[in-house]
Parts: sequence; C-alpha cells; structure tokens
Amino acid sequence: MRDTIRFLLGDEVRSISSVSPTRTVLEWLRGEARARGTKEGCAEGDCGACTVVLGEASDEGMVWRAVNACILFLPALDGRQLLTVEHLRGADGALHPVQQAMVAHHGSQCGFCTPGFVMSLFALYHAGTAPNRRAANEALAGNLCRCTGYRPILDAAREACAGVPADRFAASALEIAARLRGLADPEPLEIVAEGVRFVAPRTVAQLADAVLAHPDATILAGGTDVGLWVTKQHRALPTVIAVERVADFARVEERGGVLRIGAGATYEDALAAIERHWPDFARMTRRIGSRQIRNRGTIGGNVANASPIGDTPPALLALDATLVLRRGAAQRRLPAAEFFLGYRKTALAAGEFLEAIEVPLPAAGETFAIYKVSKRFEQDISAVCGAFRLRLHDGNVADIRIGFGGMAAIPKRATATEAALRGRPWTRENVTAAMAVLSDEFAPLTDMRASAAYRARVARNLLLRFWLETTSSAATLVRLPEWESAA
Amino acid sequence: MNILTPPAAENETPASVPLRAATLRVVGQPIEHDSARKQVGGEAVYIDDMPEPCDLLHAFVHLSPHAHARIRSMDLSAVRASPGVVAVMTAADVPGVNDVGPSRGPGDPIFADGLVEYAGQSIFGVAADSIAHARLAAERAVIDFEVLPPVMTIDEAMAQENFVLPTQTMRRGDAAAALAEAAHRLRGRIEIGGQDHFYLEGQIALAVPGEDNGMHVYSSTQHPTEVQHLVARALKVPDHAVVCETRRMGGGFGGKESQASLIAAIAALLAARTRRPVKYRLDRDDDMKMTGKRHDFRIDWDVGFDGDGRIEGIDFVLASRCGYSADLSAAINDRAMFHADNAYYLPHVNIVSYRCKTNMVSATAFRGFGGPQGMMGIEAVMDAIARHLRLDPLTVRRRNLYGKTDRNVTPYHMVVEDNVMPEMFAELARTSDYARRRREIAAFNTRNDWVKRGIAMTPVKFGISFTFTQMNQAGALVHVYTDGSVQLNHGGTEMGQGLFVKVAQVVAEEFGIPLDRVKITATTTEKVPNTSPTAASSGSDLNGKAAQAAARTIRDRMARVAAKEFGCAPGDVVFRDGQARGGGRAMTFAALAKLAHSVRVSLSSTGYYATPKLHYDTTMHRGRPFFYFAYGASVSEVEVDTLTGEYRLRRVDILHDVGQSLNPAIDLGQIEGGFVQGMGWLTSEELWWDSAGRLRTHAPSTYKIPAVGDVPEDFRVSIWQRGRNRENAIYRSKAVGEPPLMLGISVFHALRDAVAACGTGGQVELDAPATPERVLMAIARRQEAA
Repeated sequence: MRDTIRFLLGDEVRSISSVSPTRTVLEWLRGEARARGTKEGCAEGDCGACTVVLGEASDEGMVWRAVNACILFLPALDGRQLLTVEHLRGADGALHPVQQAMVAHHGSQCGFCTPGFVMSLFALYHAGTAPNRRAANEALAGNLCRCTGYRPILDAAREACAGVPADRFAASALEIAARLRGLADPEPLEIVAEGVRFVAPRTVAQLADAVLAHPDATILAGGTDVGLWVTKQHRALPTVIAVERVADFARVEERGGVLRIGAGATYEDALAAIERHWPDFARMTRRIGSRQIRNRGTIGGNVANASPIGDTPPALLALDATLVLRRGAAQRRLPAAEFFLGYRKTALAAGEFLEAIEVPLPAAGETFAIYKVSKRFEQDISAVCGAFRLRLHDGNVADIRIGFGGMAAIPKRATATEAALRGRPWTRENVTAAMAVLSDEFAPLTDMRASAAYRARVARNLLLRFWLETTSSAATLVRLPEWESAA
Repeated sequence: MNILTPPAAENETPASVPLRAATLRVVGQPIEHDSARKQVGGEAVYIDDMPEPCDLLHAFVHLSPHAHARIRSMDLSAVRASPGVVAVMTAADVPGVNDVGPSRGPGDPIFADGLVEYAGQSIFGVAADSIAHARLAAERAVIDFEVLPPVMTIDEAMAQENFVLPTQTMRRGDAAAALAEAAHRLRGRIEIGGQDHFYLEGQIALAVPGEDNGMHVYSSTQHPTEVQHLVARALKVPDHAVVCETRRMGGGFGGKESQASLIAAIAALLAARTRRPVKYRLDRDDDMKMTGKRHDFRIDWDVGFDGDGRIEGIDFVLASRCGYSADLSAAINDRAMFHADNAYYLPHVNIVSYRCKTNMVSATAFRGFGGPQGMMGIEAVMDAIARHLRLDPLTVRRRNLYGKTDRNVTPYHMVVEDNVMPEMFAELARTSDYARRRREIAAFNTRNDWVKRGIAMTPVKFGISFTFTQMNQAGALVHVYTDGSVQLNHGGTEMGQGLFVKVAQVVAEEFGIPLDRVKITATTTEKVPNTSPTAASSGSDLNGKAAQAAARTIRDRMARVAAKEFGCAPGDVVFRDGQARGGGRAMTFAALAKLAHSVRVSLSSTGYYATPKLHYDTTMHRGRPFFYFAYGASVSEVEVDTLTGEYRLRRVDILHDVGQSLNPAIDLGQIEGGFVQGMGWLTSEELWWDSAGRLRTHAPSTYKIPAVGDVPEDFRVSIWQRGRNRENAIYRSKAVGEPPLMLGISVFHALRDAVAACGTGGQVELDAPATPERVLMAIARRQEAA
C-alpha cells in the first residue's frame, strides 16, 4: 500500500500526498506547481486548451499521449511522465520543432488555445508517422481554435510531424523509461485526503474485494465522464476505486471466436482490433470524443455509464456482445441488450462491476455498419447513432440486429423492426415497411442536439442507408466519402 | 493547400487611386505576431496567469435560474456564514450607480434590483478565500422568486410591442410603387440564429485597490476606457481614481466590448468593499449563460424585379432579439440596415428595423456587428430570384452589383466611390473555375440520388468606421529613449488579431528602425485616455494613424536636431536602416536620440487621429457613415447527404481586399479565421433555449464551433493583389477584422444550392444555422413540394 503519487514532471521526480485525489492535474499545475502555460478553456475535456502529454514506459522506450488535464485526476500521474508546454523548449531556449512550425505558419493568434495545440502536436510528432489529413484531423480534433481557422495549424502539423522524431525527448526516451520503471512498484495506491478515499488496486481480485467492500464507490476508469462530475457538477466523491492500474484489465484479445475487450481498455487500446473486424465500427470510434478523450476513455466506461447517447452501446447491441460482470469471485455473463434497464440504470448489482466485453467475431457473409449523426462531424455527441448487422441467406434476411443510441432513455435494440425484416427478402419494399415499424417503435426526445422529428426521420433513413450500402454498386455514393478519398 | 502567392495582376489600377511608397522596409512585410514565440512556449501572460497578490480573494456570482421573475425576498445569512466568505454584495450595497450598460445603452444592472430579466443574470456577489468557498457560499442563498412569464420569441415581443429601442426606418425612392409595378414579385422570410463568441479565454478581471480610493483593474476587455468609466461610476469615485489595464485577451470577437464591464465592476466593487484584491473569472458555463451573444434576426422581404433578375424595389422588415436591455443594439441593428444591400444596388428600398426586447441575455457586439445578418437577408433574396427565374444565382448576383458611375447610391444615400466588386467577382469566377464546376456539379447531381453537391459565390462589401461618428478617434503615446529604443502605447487592445505588431510596424517604419527596437506595451487608461473600443475593424486604421502622428512629431523634432548637425534642411533628413542621413552625413538613430536629449529636445509625444469625411444623420439615416468599404468574395462547394442532412465542405476559394496590406501574414490569418467563424455561425453553431428560457447550449459539449475537420482540404485564399485604398487610411491599407466573417455566407448558399438539387423548381426554405437537421428538413420540404 502506498499513499504517495510519484511521477516525473518533465525531468524532475515529484511526489504528491495529502492532496485530494479528485483534484485535477490542471488545478494542480496552475496552482501548486505554478505552471500557468496550460490553460482552462472549458473544464470538460471539449476544447483542448488544457492538453498535456502523459509519457509511459514501453518496450521500445516511451509512448507519449495527449490528454485533457482539466478532467484528469492527480493519481493518474502515478508512475508516468507529465509534460506541459513549459517543458518543450531546449536547454538553450530554442523552440521545439512543433513550436517553431506554429510560429512559422502563423498558427497562433490570441494564443490561448496554443499551448494545447502545441502539446497535441508534440504527441503527433512522437507518433512518428507523417500524418495525412485524416490523421492530422484525428490528432487535432480535440483542440478548438477560434482565431485561425486551423489551416496554419494543419500546415504546421504536416511540416513538423513529417519525419522520425529527433528531439531531446526521443534521444532520452530509454533513460526516461528507466527512471519511470524505477518509480514503479506492485503496490496498490490508497490515498485518503480532503474527504476522499481513493483506491487503485493492482489485481482483479483486489478490485473485486474493494468494490464489494465499498458498493457505493465511484468506479473510475479514464475519468472522461467522472471528471465532469467534479469539475462541472461540483459533486463530492467520497470513495473512488480506480481500475487503470489493475493488471490485465485493459487487455484486448481474440479467443474462442470472440474479441474480449477488458473493461479498462481505452478506445485507442481497442481500436486496432476493432478495425480488423469491423472497419465501420473503427471509423465511428475515431469520432468519439477526441484523441485526448480516446486516450483515456474506456469502452467499459462507455457501457457501464449507460448513457443513452454513448456511441459504443449501439454497436455492442447490434453485434450481440456479452458483458462479463463480476461480484467478488463470482462471474456472470449478460447479453448487452439486458444490461440497460432505464435512464442511466444498469443490471449491475451492488458490489458488482463490469470486467470485460465479449464481442462475437463476424461470421462469414455478415455485414455490419454503424452511423453516427451529429451537428459537427468530429468530437460531438450523437443526435442519433444507429448500428446494423445483417446476415442474408438466399436474399432473405437470416438475421438482423439493430441498435440505436439517442432514440430512447437507454441504448436500445429495434426488436420490432428486426422482426419485421427477419425471414423476408432484403428488398426496398420490405425495408420501407420496416422503416414505418421503426417509427412506431421509438419515441425520441427533443433537446438541444436534435428534435424528435429529426431523430425519427434519421433513424428511418439510416436503415435505408444500410440497405442501399448492402445492395448498391460500389460506385454509388450513399454517404459522404471519408477524408482520404475526398477530392 | 493555401497560397499567399498572388494571381497575376490583370488591369492597371486607376491613376486616381494613390499608391503608397514602394520603399517601405517594415510595413507590408509578413511579420509574425509579436507574442507568437511567447504563446507557443506558454509564457504569454493572460490575466489568470499573473502572479496573485498574497491576500487575493475570489469572486463568485449567484445567477438567476429564471428568465423573468420578481425577487420577493432574499435571505443571504447562510451565504455570509459560509466558510471563507469575506464579503457579500447586492444591488443595495453598490456605492455608486448599479449599472454597466454602455453609455449609449444603459439598463444593465450589476446586481439585479428586485427584478430578474434573464436566466443567468447576476443577483449578488461573494468574495471568499477560494473559488470553491465562494461558489459553495453562493449556493446557500435562499431567494423567493415570483416567476413571471418570459417573452422569448420575436412574435411575442412584436405582439406586445416589447422593444428595447424605437423602431427605425431607412428609405430611398418609392419601394411600394416599384414593387407594385415590377414584372415579378416574391416574398419570403429567413431566420438567422445568434452566435456565442467562444473566445477561448473566458471573461476575467482582477481588481487591486490602492490608496485614495484608487482601483487598478486588469480586465480582459476590448474597451478599457469604458471599464474605467463604469467602474468609477459604480464605486462613486472620479474617473481618475480608476486605471484599467489590458495586455492581451485570449480572443474577443466583440464579446469583450461591452460585456467585460460587468465582470470588472463586480471584481472592483468587492475589492473596494474588502480592501483586498479580488479576481473574478467566469468558468465556461457561467460565461456563456451570463454574457451576451450575436443577435438573432428574422428578416421578411418583399422584392420586385425584372425578367433578368434585376431588383426594382424591395421592402425589408428586420426584427432582432436584443435580449433584456439595449446594450449596443442601436448601432448593431443600424449596421444590419446599412448592410441590407450588401454589394447590390437597390433602386427603391424601404428598411424597417424592430429591436425586440426578450427575456434573454442582452445580445451584443460580435464580429460584423449586425452587418452579417443584414447581408443574409439580401443574399436570400438573390437566391430566391434566381430559383424563380431559373437562373444561376451568380448571374443574378452579378446583375445586381453596384455600378461604378451610376447605380451606386446606397439606401442611406452614400455614394459608393470605391466599388471593386465587379472586378473581384470576375477574377474569382475565373480563378475558382466556377463555370466548369457548376456544370460538373449538375452532372454529378444527375448521376447521384443520395449525395448532392452545391456551389455558391457570394460577395462582401462592408462599411468601415464606427457609425457613431464620435467614436472614430484615437490616441497614442510614443517615447524614444536615449539609447534609441522606442516604447509604444496606444488605445487599441490586442486580442490575437495582430493589432500590436501592425502598429509597431508603422512606428518602426516612421523612425526607420528595426521592429525589435519598438517595445509594445499593455493598453492602459493611464497612458492614453478616453479611447474608443477596439471594435468595428478600426484598430489599425485609428491607432496606426495616431501612433504615426506621435512618431512623426518626434521624428520631426529629431530631424531638426540632425539638420543642424548635418548642415542640411530638416526636410532633407532621412530616417532609414537605423540611421538618420542628410547632407552627405549619417548618424545612428540611437546617437541622434542621445544628441537630441543633450540639446534639450523632447523625445516623447502623444499622437491623435480623427477619421475625416464622416457625417451621418441618425434620425433620417442619411449621410456618409463610412470612410470606405472593404470588399471580398468567396466560392464554396459542398456535398450533402440527403438521408441525414450531414454535409462536407469540398472546396473554398477566397479573394479578399485589404487595400495594400500592412502585414499580409496577419491579414491572411484574419481572412481565414473570419471565414471559418462565419461558416460556424451559419452551420454548426446553434444556441438553444428551453421553454423556460434557459440557454441549454452553454459549453463546448453542446455548442459546436468549427473543429479542424470542418476546414476544407482544398482551401485557396488570396489577398487581392490589386487591392488599393483610395482613402488615406494608414499606409493605404484596409481594415480586415470583421469583413472576412461574411465570406462564410457562401457556405450557407452552397448548402441551399445542394438542397435545391433535391427537387425541381420552387424555392429553398433553409434558415440558419444550417445544421444537418435544418438541411434534412429543407430537403424533405423540397422533395415533398416536387
């Protein structure tokens, strides 16, 4: 058991104890650390002005990832390196290549978003892959700029991030990694300060015990939603159990015909495996939040949180995923469709938690598509998200699964629509008839994201879009092309 | 992807338009923003980054949860007893005037006095030892409200004749007669949503009390003088007791013109009460709930035109939601009327403008200041005429452009003397390959049932000057030190737009010294008093001229000293490359400064400028409100998913006139950034109030400004190389802050064009912002009409 957070702030080892474990890294930086280069723009992980980089030791050296400091609790720093905009200049004061490119391309006007962009660019620089436009968009969609119109920042990204990383961080990566390994130990972290009890177990058994012992605890994964409970709702979280240090909890593996996604796996952790089997699911996943959010947010959290507008539940519903739930030593398996009971209400019993998600790998001849519809293409919450999985036999619908987000108080399967299609020829007429069933099956709400009428119309049209995509020639444009293929 | 390279010059500029000297060293260079290196290093200091005084208090304000309510009683005892609380202030505790409305629009209480008129209105303020304590305390108030029905819509306000300001009419000719006689006549309506500024740095002020009732206010404001005056009035002290200082803002866009005063006043009141420094920083949600936004408008139009689509008579009824108070709504709605013509000649025109009072935060200045909304009306008319006559909208737009020697009088009776729109349209149509792309899009739309493309080219003609003539003045203060270094101060504020570097370029040019010899300093009411806001795109025009005047005064004095030394006439002394030269001799600028000081010649001067030629009758709406016009044009091409209404911008071409640029790198940044902000206003940025009158889009999770992926891959932006300013503006440049925002209108019209391709004939009904929802519903109407 350890009650001190140990990490590298730049090159310097820092220890933090007796500070509330739900204090954000941003507050700590701007307050106690007196490092005010990092800015607060929204305190909800949507604008990126607070972007910092977390470094972790890897087999090859270091991996640096951009995250939002405004919703990152301090214990997330433990065993990692925290880099902020202040760390980038060289010892002689020279600008880092990404900073230099931002100046050269006039990518900073008012400058308030600039430190965040610089840190996102730093992470992109260390990805070491010359980004095409889509990759640049993905790396920067979580940083809002109100002045430049982004073009100069994109140009800076392409210029500065085109080659093999060659800065002093790359040069000392192995050394930094060794220092981080020196900070590591197998001990759980347990901090009690300012009225918050924080526990970070290291094994699933410890986690199960902790959750059983504190059934009212807040279970914290990436904190991309729980962080806002603190920064926006100013809620006190008396007990927090963090899962990110639990060994193997973030593992993503294929076995026995399923893709098993550990509940602690972030979107980015799971992306490659998802991409292999469901390219459309991966395309949609890249639009969830931003790179900063996907570096922290977990699919498990997206499910357990049970938001009606989470974007992975519709996919998991359509893919017939099974949720592995655990209470103490006992495990049970539940179809995803039986997990969501009501608005933010789940089948989890007291003391129980989500351990993993098992998604059956696609059978031959199966088609899957998922469509996220929002006001803004990137980094927006869905008005409607619709997922479709189809198996045809001799032109008839052998099976179809449809999951929707944004259409009800829970992520919901369109069972009546499925029934209207199952066993029938996969024709425009039958699809049109099923669209009418879909209208009757859901009574969506009007809110700031969309009207009920729009949601209903889009949901119907997404079914039509799915039919068109499964039946039209490749030359027919049914939805807007991806960035790479855009003229 | 983007090009600074100019298209080849086409025609000679008319001899009547003077050019500036070709020998400039600093002015006209693409020099980086003066703070760029500090900003990329995180070293640029914003107010919240300043070292905090040790006894600093933090303010938090209790906001009204109701859009309209009477306060029956307020029990703040639990607030006062809450941990860490040092002071609590209500309307009754304000020693001076409890109002921060701008001078031309009072009526914005600092703390609500018995009545709340919008959800988010300030009711009382708390100062405590931490922001968490202040917030916690503010939540402990017990307030008994009598909730009243709110007026939320234009219809409700019009029915109740609920206005913040009197209705205005602008007219020329006889619109009614022209409409009656026209061969064709159409009527329509367009609704145009508002816009939150979403500056990345929220509103903030730090007030530090001093001796003799003094107050030093660091404010993120575009208008330090107004903050000074309103704080003094609230504190009941003379203006001279208050200093307002602003080094930089993290974005302004008009949102910190009048709105910063409330924040500064609350900080100053609590600081005066406690005799301790007080910081008041709004978090994003409070900022968006509490402070004003762009006015939304409803425009009804009735147009008569001939068979070629030329307008003969037009009648506009503009109605805007001004929110609960007048604020700057008079000038903003006036500017909407001034731009109801955009770049088009309206032979007979009648414009009526209603300024509706609604129970919302008071709408305020936002880049364009009503102009963009006015333009959206006439551009909808152009589109409607074209659909009606089955002409390309570009054809109709070109036919209606102002003439050069005739058809050149605006609805406010000002002759357009500098019209370059026909040339710019011709050039952009050619360089953007409009005609070929129009044909290709038609072919694409024939082949594709589910994805449709659209294209539109729209003009911008934007009047430059404050329409309230008195505000067109500026001051500057320049010091030359004996080592030849120069300190520059002026009344303009830096919000990222590059004003400081531009004005410094002017001063460096005048002294013939390198730019790094000119030190830029924070704007402060101590150095230059009684300034106008940095607004109306006027920053460089006004402050550049004032600083130039100050520099020239000193330079002339130095020239006389040098002339004596060199044995030549003062007029023969040339300042260039860090030297003064004359009579075959030279000395460094530094040596000359030292010499001037030794012979007791002052090396400090103020400078002053007042824009010439302006006159305007604000009751008859006639005169010359503008010194000149800035012009631009853009072509946008979009692709729309007809099943969901989602869309993508495929390509944008922009040609923009900045006269002869002071700094093309800075100007390009204004053009691109303005375009994207205008596009956001008309596409994804939607303000949404619930039925109780509460804004529900008050954070970036719900309010969507453009993100990086919304910018087209194919984005071709050019500063018009033939751009000139026939008026004697600073180094013959043109203002560039606001005009590019309206280039975004081409995106909206490209979307209309794509919607039009979803049906045959009839009109397109699409309001702004054109969210995917509005686009899909417009497509549905179009398909159902077919």
